[in-house]
Amino acid sequence: MKYYDLVIVGGGPAGLAAAVSARDCGIEDILILERDNELGGILNQCIHNGFGLHTFKEELTGPEYAARFIDQVTERGIDCRLHTMVMDISVDTEAGSFRKKVTAMNRTDGMFEISAAAVILAMGCRERSRGALNIPGFRPAGIFSAGTAQRLVNMEGYMPGREVVILGSGDIGLIMARRMTLEGAKVKVVAELMPYSGGLKRNIVQCLDDFGIPLKLSHTVIDIEGKHRVSAVTIAEVGADRKPIPGTEERYTCDTLLLSCGLIPENELSKGAGIALSPVTSGPIVNDSLETSIEGVFACGNVLHVHDLVDYVSQEAAAAGKHAADYIRHGNKKHAKTVEIRSTDGVRYTVPKYVRPTEMSDTLTVRFRVGDVYKNCSIAVYFDDICVSRRRRPVMAPGEMEQIILEKKKLGEYPDLCSITIRIEK
Amino acid sequence: MSTRELTCIGCPLGCAVTVTLKDGSVTAVTGNTCPRGDTYARKEVTNPTRIVTSTVHVTGGIHPMVNVKTSSDIPKDKIFACMDALKGVRAAAPVRIGDVILSNAAGTGADIIAAGNVPAK
Repeated sequence: MKYYDLVIVGGGPAGLAAAVSARDCGIEDILILERDNELGGILNQCIHNGFGLHTFKEELTGPEYAARFIDQVTERGIDCRLHTMVMDISVDTEAGSFRKKVTAMNRTDGMFEISAAAVILAMGCRERSRGALNIPGFRPAGIFSAGTAQRLVNMEGYMPGREVVILGSGDIGLIMARRMTLEGAKVKVVAELMPYSGGLKRNIVQCLDDFGIPLKLSHTVIDIEGKHRVSAVTIAEVGADRKPIPGTEERYTCDTLLLSCGLIPENELSKGAGIALSPVTSGPIVNDSLETSIEGVFACGNVLHVHDLVDYVSQEAAAAGKHAADYIRHGNKKHAKTVEIRSTDGVRYTVPKYVRPTEMSDTLTVRFRVGDVYKNCSIAVYFDDICVSRRRRPVMAPGEMEQIILEKKKLGEYPDLCSITIRIEK
Repeated sequence: MSTRELTCIGCPLGCAVTVTLKDGSVTAVTGNTCPRGDTYARKEVTNPTRIVTSTVHVTGGIHPMVNVKTSSDIPKDKIFACMDALKGVRAAAPVRIGDVILSNAAGTGADIIAAGNVPAK
């Protein structure tokens, strides 16, 4: 069995940044496994601009941002296998030490196994499908997830339709409303179940407002018509219980329905490996080193929790690469004290979920999402019962990720610390 | 004196920016958290502009399409003229990031440049 110090599953933004970082931390023996025919992941179909403001201080398109990292991976001579699907990750009991066994396959090598000291999970996420949304109506052609439509238009050069209704105001839906409009389609309406948009404010301005596309909050699709092809979609207003209100139905004739109703981290491999997953994020539960419940298996990017910004994915992945390098060199600090970060009062989850005060980096970025729209509230951090910081935020919304920074020095002042609590306060 | 409430599109933070105008000229910009927001707000109330991104077909490449964008922001009301100018434009592989695909698109002074790499087949 071939051995690598580090195997990275996925060659999208997270996998690329993790590989570059691990190499720069001195790990020579790295392999990236990517199922597509090129590196870059979802960035390749994200042709809009706005990527990289934090990382490169300029606005890039998705392919430009990907190219910067692909160049870095190429310059460093990091091994990649494309067209390669990872089938299974398990603990390799035969190798004696605590190694991981990665089973993968492709057309040239067939099925093969790789032994690795550490694995970084960077598989990204997947769109919620019509089946998962339980939308009633017929099942004609013309219903696409927004990301599928994005791939068809931007990478393959096909137009999925001419008259479009979009359900869900996630960023991909908003971006596709503009994209379809620019390519000559008529986007009639964007309906959003929740009373607020799931996407970034800037995308509502530059993708909907710029083109006069109406956004109907608290609305959902209640019927799809069409025998062979979608012919009409009916939407209705929903009440506080998110159930349609009779009498509010509006019928839109259209040939296409795009769904942009959320992203789900793709963790089949993690489940198969027995990694503990968070019911809130659907991603692995990790500590401050982004290590999962299995020693030496790390996670970063959208497989861990869905991000708004690729820049944050790159930062997180760089951290995962560094921690994996530390692990490969020095092993696991099994007996280090672990403190739980509790999320309550509007904070849905945090990544990471656990902190080791003696092992953590000097500063640790803890990212989270809130469960509702909060105006003029504060993010409060408690060390046990003591409030150690409060930061006022004019607006917080579920569509926009929030963060706090924990300092190792500060945690060191509380040697008996049992738990950290993050909550939203008035 | 009048005010306009804007959402800055300079970066994904989307700051809520208030612009104060007097006789059609900007007297104050508040709510922005970086200089980009100030620039955006002043432009947005006087001469709104956007970067336009799209794709064009590629001949002889490993991919059928390549990402393109305007080399600088163009007036908002020229977006569709710019898209029209791109109709039927084809790029021959290999295409490298930064290659000029179309100069002075729709008379805006901005070029259409490649924003993706497509090696030859």
